[in-house]
Amino acid sequence: MALIEFTKRGIYCKQGDFYIDPWWPVDYAVTTHGHSDHVRFGNKYYLCHTLTKPIIKRRISEDLNVETLEYGESIIRNGVNISFFPAGHIIGSAQVRLAYKGEICVISGDYKIEDDGITTPFEPVKCHFFVSESTFGLPVYKWQKQEVVFNGIKNWVSDNIIQQKTSVLIAYSLGKAQRLIKNLAGDTPIYVHNSIANLNEVIIDAGVKLPKTIRITPETTKDELQKGIVIVPPAMRDSRWIKNLTQPVTGICSGWMQVRAHRRWQSADAGFALSDHADWPGLMEAITATGAEKVYVTHGFTAAFSRFLNDAGIEAAEVLTRFGQEDDEESKVDLVDQNENK
Amino acid sequence: MKRFAQLIQQLELSNKTNDKIAALVNYFNHADDKDKVWVIALFTGKKPKRPIKSALLKYWAINITETPEWLFAESYANVGDLSETIALLLPPAENTSDFQLHKWVEDLHDLEGKDDETKKEFILSAWNKLETQERFIFNKLISGNFRIGVSNKMLVNALAKQSSLDSAQIMHSIMGKWNPYEITFHELINGIHVNTDNSWPYPFCLAYALEQEPEKLGDISEWQAEWKWDGIRGQIVKRNGELFIWSRGEELVTEQFPELHFMIDALPDGVVLDGEILAVQDKQVLSFSTLQQRLNRKTISKKQLEDAPIGFFVYDILEYEGKDFREEPLSLRRKILEGLIGGLAESPVMISPVINCHSWEELAKLRQTSRSINSEGIMLKKLTSHYHSGRKRGDWWKWKINPYTVDAVMIYAQKGSGRRANFFTDYTFAVRDGENLVTIAKAYSGLTDKEIKEVNAFVTRNAIEKFGPVRTVKPELVFEIAFEGIAESKRHKAGLALRFPRILRWRKDKKAEEINTLEDLRQLLQSTL
Repeated sequence: MALIEFTKRGIYCKQGDFYIDPWWPVDYAVTTHGHSDHVRFGNKYYLCHTLTKPIIKRRISEDLNVETLEYGESIIRNGVNISFFPAGHIIGSAQVRLAYKGEICVISGDYKIEDDGITTPFEPVKCHFFVSESTFGLPVYKWQKQEVVFNGIKNWVSDNIIQQKTSVLIAYSLGKAQRLIKNLAGDTPIYVHNSIANLNEVIIDAGVKLPKTIRITPETTKDELQKGIVIVPPAMRDSRWIKNLTQPVTGICSGWMQVRAHRRWQSADAGFALSDHADWPGLMEAITATGAEKVYVTHGFTAAFSRFLNDAGIEAAEVLTRFGQEDDEESKVDLVDQNENK
Repeated sequence: MKRFAQLIQQLELSNKTNDKIAALVNYFNHADDKDKVWVIALFTGKKPKRPIKSALLKYWAINITETPEWLFAESYANVGDLSETIALLLPPAENTSDFQLHKWVEDLHDLEGKDDETKKEFILSAWNKLETQERFIFNKLISGNFRIGVSNKMLVNALAKQSSLDSAQIMHSIMGKWNPYEITFHELINGIHVNTDNSWPYPFCLAYALEQEPEKLGDISEWQAEWKWDGIRGQIVKRNGELFIWSRGEELVTEQFPELHFMIDALPDGVVLDGEILAVQDKQVLSFSTLQQRLNRKTISKKQLEDAPIGFFVYDILEYEGKDFREEPLSLRRKILEGLIGGLAESPVMISPVINCHSWEELAKLRQTSRSINSEGIMLKKLTSHYHSGRKRGDWWKWKINPYTVDAVMIYAQKGSGRRANFFTDYTFAVRDGENLVTIAKAYSGLTDKEIKEVNAFVTRNAIEKFGPVRTVKPELVFEIAFEGIAESKRHKAGLALRFPRILRWRKDKKAEEINTLEDLRQLLQSTL
């Protein structure tokens, strides 16, 4: 393919001389979203969605040189037209559309199809070449509607409160945490870990409406927490702090929780299959909607998913990512939290 | 079946015994009596006969979802369970069903002998009215085992708590022979069936490993020391003219050991003996690998009878003259046993000898000689002890000799199944043979979850080749492998095989150059022959 190539630094556009979500420092990094496996420290310039700017400034450094685009807006760089479209993954996540001499290429980053109530919903973009993730690229991954999952979580919380147990939800601080807050807000107060509270402030400052949450401080009593919902990032999971709560029970919110083996492996008390990635039907729907001639499949079940696409008559190729094929949401979570702890 | 589905989910969600027991008690408080009988049957491994092969289920699921076979295989590899893979692949159900568990079991039973078309129609219609979790259970009813971490003991404790009956009595009842299609819940837990049945065994009394100095157990004169034999624990039951041999896996193995059938005449009625099935020649115990030739065979050849003659070393007597003697002290039981078995001098059934020792020190020395008589160490039993149901701390201890160990390097890794389906947890190890590495064992247990994640990351980064699910990895990680024995083997490239190999620990301090050699193992083999 002419417009982008896959290099060891990441996806590179030669004509425009820029990278998309590079893994190593480059001059110009087009950034799909603020998760730390997509945006690294050390690039000279960043181009991202308006809402992603304060997030990466907060998470990486205030000194970053960041240019921004709104969804649908475009800029030209060395003759290549770059525009952003909603990816529905997390707040500020964007698909990057590149157009050059009539050829259109879309790098979707991470995406999901379902409207989560807080992220601008995914919008399919017609293109010749489409780069898709495949985190959940197996047909056993089919999500239930999020209302059903949230009802499950709410029932779990109510039962816990009655049984004098403290409900602790494990969710990564950017994305999943805000989605939980938005959809669980109600009569039960929501208590959040510092790292989540900090990000919430940034997001609210950027103009996103978030329901009220309470930052956990040393003064917060165990009794208050027991009667509420506690949300903490994965790094806190096996912490002494959780163990010291009143009868703590942990619930993990992740697409992997769809499968019993993963639920048991995680040794949490509850698992809720809630993901910010597209499920199998979602991936298929998105890819079909692009009308792409060729699909490049990145992190996840790349081999299986690209083989299936090829058999279905959609030309597809596997692309190796920095983390190799065995990468999953968990390693991503770990990276996010390592950064937060710095 | 919703209630049962909920129970399974609760059992799976918690790894705390108390939560599991609470979930079971709650279930037994509310569920239909017929369902309860089936839950006990399923959890104790009394599966209903398979009306349909799993291969057919898979085939139908592939067909209606139009999933290519290879993609089904990929999905199965990720999920780690066939019933669950099918449940997840199927489209959402269009109907619902209020059928209870026993109704499903009975309907499945009725399918027996029907043609495939009828079976298919039934299954497809069932799938279309069950939610994902119910579907998974439905598929399990047909094809698999419920491995959800509920031990017999846990189940019995829950039943005892719920019914206020004695737990030993319930253990008794559910371990015997009963037919879930016929028995009621009340009859089952009250053990109505137990007395009328000639075959039922008692729950085995098990010992914990001794993790302290034996001196802490008090005066040696209060203890009976015996050799710990490495065979198949068994019970010989003689009642009303019938003889039954049970293995510890609650399996009837009477037919496998014709050498012991003479006991039907030699033993009076109303006797139950606990002991070890061993390969024995001239009253000497042979190695476990010799015994192995006789296990799990449908037919036994004359040669096998000659090469691996069977004996039974008796440890204890649980029933005598039709009376339960388990509450009597060991010293008394031993006396009765000696009176009963002492007369069978020239037979393959003999009393496992007591080791006469006057000090722990002396016993510790004798323990070091265990291997020379194919024993695994010493059993310590309090002379006043009852014969407990299952494992109980304090009265019986196993004081095993330390295992053999070898330092080996990991060369292959494979993903596990079930809970560990997405981690490389099954490893193959090699020792050095000159310039080459030669595989000596495959092992999968012994690492913590954290270590498994670490090894997993290593395998992902250092995979050299991929053969299906197996990865060849850079020979770099050294592990200390423990094993119980070593035998010659023509099937293995190394020419020898390790018995019960497992990972003792990860030797992060050792380099691949420092591992053991094949010659080291050959020398060990020579010394044990």
